[in-house]
Amino acid sequence: MFATAHENVFLFSAVPANRDADVLEAPNILEYPYTRSTGPVVGLFMTGLRDDARVLGIRTGDGRVVCPPTEYDPATGAELTADQCVEVGPGGVVTTWAWVHDPHDKHPLDRPFAWALIRLDGADTGMLHAVDAGDDARMATGMRVQPRWRAERVGHIRDIEAFVPEEQS
Amino acid sequence: MSEPVTKIDTPIELRYRYTAGTAQSRFLRGIQQGKILGQRCPQCAKVYVSPRGSCAACGVATDEEVEVSDKGTVTTFCVVNVPFYDQKMEIPYVSATILLDGADIGLMHLIQEVKAEDVHMGMRVEAVWAPPDERTPSLESIKYFRPTGEPDADYETYRGFV
Repeated sequence: MFATAHENVFLFSAVPANRDADVLEAPNILEYPYTRSTGPVVGLFMTGLRDDARVLGIRTGDGRVVCPPTEYDPATGAELTADQCVEVGPGGVVTTWAWVHDPHDKHPLDRPFAWALIRLDGADTGMLHAVDAGDDARMATGMRVQPRWRAERVGHIRDIEAFVPEEQS
Repeated sequence: MSEPVTKIDTPIELRYRYTAGTAQSRFLRGIQQGKILGQRCPQCAKVYVSPRGSCAACGVATDEEVEVSDKGTVTTFCVVNVPFYDQKMEIPYVSATILLDGADIGLMHLIQEVKAEDVHMGMRVEAVWAPPDERTPSLESIKYFRPTGEPDADYETYRGFV
């Protein structure tokens, strides 16, 4: 409503705290409803996800393929343009991962999953995404995964619901 | 095929639980009863509303509770003309710092029942309370402040608070 510090008090709707009946507590939720401009390269990447269920990388001057694509070569800083985009994947290899035992409500899955860097076929870099493996015993560096696409895609990285172990796909 | 993607929504949400602390909890419970409670510093005698349990200038605890008036003087104000996400007020509206009689620090609140362009420094205002059965321990139990119709306060009475 106003500045953040004031808003805390203004939106106060207090309930007694369990630990001390005299002290009031209230939920305080700050929201930043950002909309980001994608730029031409990431925009093409998002459009590819939405329209064709395909993943694009971008080819740098030395022939490497960066995925997700960037507007610059991360090695040299040289500009890259949308016409240098190439299709990669859709399958790939997990290069590193971390298991999430207790997903919170903003996580992409409502059950335990892995955050993983996935090097899609034809790419030279890892893309961060979720792997829905069910159990961390099924996770391994070097394992192959495939994307599981959403039925309704909007042009967002979450158009890929998650990656799944390849034998399961 | 639809238009190319040029933007994406990336909302951020931070969930906190805010604990008011002892002094502010007493203040908020007072608000629910239609009273505005502050605390006086034992060293500099300034009255803080809402109280935080200590005097930031003297670095001492403030134990003495004092009730202040629900009338006061507009010291500074802002006419809000910019729409923003989750805005609850119709624009333009006025947010003001109000020096309540008996207090030594301004309280921020809304000024209503007056045109935005007529709000000014020194204007005397009074709290418009929500009906008793609708009050909660929240500053929303004061719906807004409105002009009392009294003559403007002399600048000398609030010059230390602008």
